Amino acid sequence: MNPIAAKQPRDMKKSSKLSRSFLLKLELRSHPTLLCVIRGALGPLMEMLGFSPEHSREIIRAVDEAVSNIMRHSYQGRPDQPIEVYCSRLQRRTNGETEQGVEILLFDCGPAVDTTKLEARPLDEVRPGGLGLHIIRGSMDTVQYKRAGRLNRLRLVKFARSSKGGCGSAEEKPS
Amino acid sequence: MKISARRVDKATILDVSGNIDMSNSPEVRKALLRELREKGVSRVVLNLTGVEYIDSSGVASLVEGLKASRESGSRFVLFGLNDSAREVLKISRLLKLFEVYDDETQAIAS
Repeated sequence: MNPIAAKQPRDMKKSSKLSRSFLLKLELRSHPTLLCVIRGALGPLMEMLGFSPEHSREIIRAVDEAVSNIMRHSYQGRPDQPIEVYCSRLQRRTNGETEQGVEILLFDCGPAVDTTKLEARPLDEVRPGGLGLHIIRGSMDTVQYKRAGRLNRLRLVKFARSSKGGCGSAEEKPS
Repeated sequence: MKISARRVDKATILDVSGNIDMSNSPEVRKALLRELREKGVSRVVLNLTGVEYIDSSGVASLVEGLKASRESGSRFVLFGLNDSAREVLKISRLLKLFEVYDDETQAIAS
């Protein structure tokens, strides 16, 4: 069993009830050269889910920044630590229309994140760095951090604002 | 990611291709600062035509280049940005801070 699966708390295992819409799991090490692999995997998946090219880029950008943050901050640049990425299809009905969406869960085994530091810096000041969180929040509909047992869990959700799309017909609401 | 330098008139053009992310953005930063700080080039033009993706660490490298150019009184110009690069600069509220041109001819003539 991989290190993250072994540490998954019960409530996270229960969330696998969402597997009706589960699509993809990626297990990787925290080596920055693997970022391009994640981006490469997500592109076709978002296309399959019916996201526009612009929305696909936003989702890929958010996940890339989130994984980069895990590598840089949670694992302090250590390149051999485990990261897991789960992608699920979501559907919801709003005003009689069906919206297709995607939920992406990212897990790492780093120390608990100090949530007081999860504020994106003001963009008024022109300086390098500190843009990742702003990009993530600006790209996704939902960004939620949770300490789950000994894991950090980041939940990212985005809807396509369209009734077109996807694969299968499972209907779920985001938790 | 590949990066190479060439001279056109008094400008140095840095041609970048591939993806700029956390794994290689320090190389972009290093190349920019070498031209702007060490060599004192009066105009540095960054050709992003071959760049498919740039993340926040890449954007940070561009901001460092911009700051270095302001400190040294030189110019730092971008061209060839695809939709992805424009979007990440826009969401970072940095797009208007950079001199951005569509192609090399415009960037050199600016």
